[in-house]
Amino acid sequence: MLLSPDEWQIVGLSLKVSGVAVALTLPVAFGLAYLLARGKFPGKILLDALVYLPLVLPPVVTGWLLLIGFGLRGPIGSRVHDWFGLTLIFRWTGAALAAGIMALPLMVRAMRLSIEAVDRRIEGAARTLGASDWRVFWTITVPLALPGILAGIVLGFARSIGEFGATITFVSNIPGETQTLPIAIYAALQVPGSDAIVTRLALISVVLSLGALIVSELLARRAGVGRGGHVL
Amino acid sequence: MSFDIDVCRRMGPDAEVALRFASGAGLTALFGPSGAGKTSLLSMVAGLLRPDAGHIRVAGETVFDAAAGIDVPTARRFAGYVFQDARLFPHLRVRANLRYGMRRATEQTMTLDEMAAFLGIAPLLDRWPRSLSGGEAQRVAIGRALLSGPRFLLMDEPLAALDHARRGEVMGLIERVRDELGLPILYVSHDRGEVDRLAATVVEMR
Repeated sequence: MLLSPDEWQIVGLSLKVSGVAVALTLPVAFGLAYLLARGKFPGKILLDALVYLPLVLPPVVTGWLLLIGFGLRGPIGSRVHDWFGLTLIFRWTGAALAAGIMALPLMVRAMRLSIEAVDRRIEGAARTLGASDWRVFWTITVPLALPGILAGIVLGFARSIGEFGATITFVSNIPGETQTLPIAIYAALQVPGSDAIVTRLALISVVLSLGALIVSELLARRAGVGRGGHVL
Repeated sequence: MSFDIDVCRRMGPDAEVALRFASGAGLTALFGPSGAGKTSLLSMVAGLLRPDAGHIRVAGETVFDAAAGIDVPTARRFAGYVFQDARLFPHLRVRANLRYGMRRATEQTMTLDEMAAFLGIAPLLDRWPRSLSGGEAQRVAIGRALLSGPRFLLMDEPLAALDHARRGEVMGLIERVRDELGLPILYVSHDRGEVDRLAATVVEMR
């Protein structure tokens, strides 16, 4: 519609990176949230702190750690490359990894709170009716925690769309490959007389973020029918 | 013998629930003041709370025996537990609540619709639990427990949340369940009149 091919490319890449980041982080985040909400094990405080680390660390440090760990000669990056033929550094896949790691703490936090809020006595009632642990999990725990799970997805998506510091450190600024919206805005700002481009890209960001919030609220209303649920 | 129970469990630094009784057919009432551990005892029979020692036998079957290492999981004790607060699943409509335990039932004495008619909840089937009154929710909870193919019933003050008019109605229902379905029932109450009217055996807790 109103966007130029270049802008479409930037938006499409941003959505692809964020979508893949959230989709791959979701199971990890939910598992960690469940573990932190329900688990009792030594080292829980340490795991808790590690999960929230990307939230408090300067993003450029996270990016640098990714560079060391997931670069072509890094301990993880070299193996990922040898075993799966997957290169992360300077690729959109690396941008998705950076976005996913930055989104993880927010996703875990939202889901953990909602899992903690699930009434264990309701789960007990399901057990007395013959439900296995597996069935209790899927028919009681997950549906009751659903508003928080949706909130986690929205927050994670919003965080991924806006991810800048770790991404540019890890995968640089390559148009068409790693140049997501914030990086494109930053790049345009470096060029004199590009106010119009920056304004357009900034507006696109607002529309995308607003759209994500509205879609999530609609989803939450459908999921929360009969008991009233809000995502945020 | 309906219930043969001998259990004890520490509930904190200076609290303990300990009880021993055996009862015959019909409804067995656990009678006593609040805080005597009546609900804890029901939880132990249902398998939601693990006794420190002792045994629990229901209708001749051992569901828990600390000495013999028997502890049948909650899901396979075939208890029909009616909680004091109904405890319906808030994210499921009445119909889905009633259906939840039906897949366990090996033989169904009543279909869902027959049960709804029996309990007078047929008009509520498409409603959400939070839109029900206390009496309606309690009747749905009784239906949900009965449809799960229980071998015995555990009822925790099912009348406590109800106003006077509803009490008589639900009590009549419990009498019908007791007389027409013939299941062993363990019934918790702190109301003497209720106990006198319903129970064949009364176990006092203090």
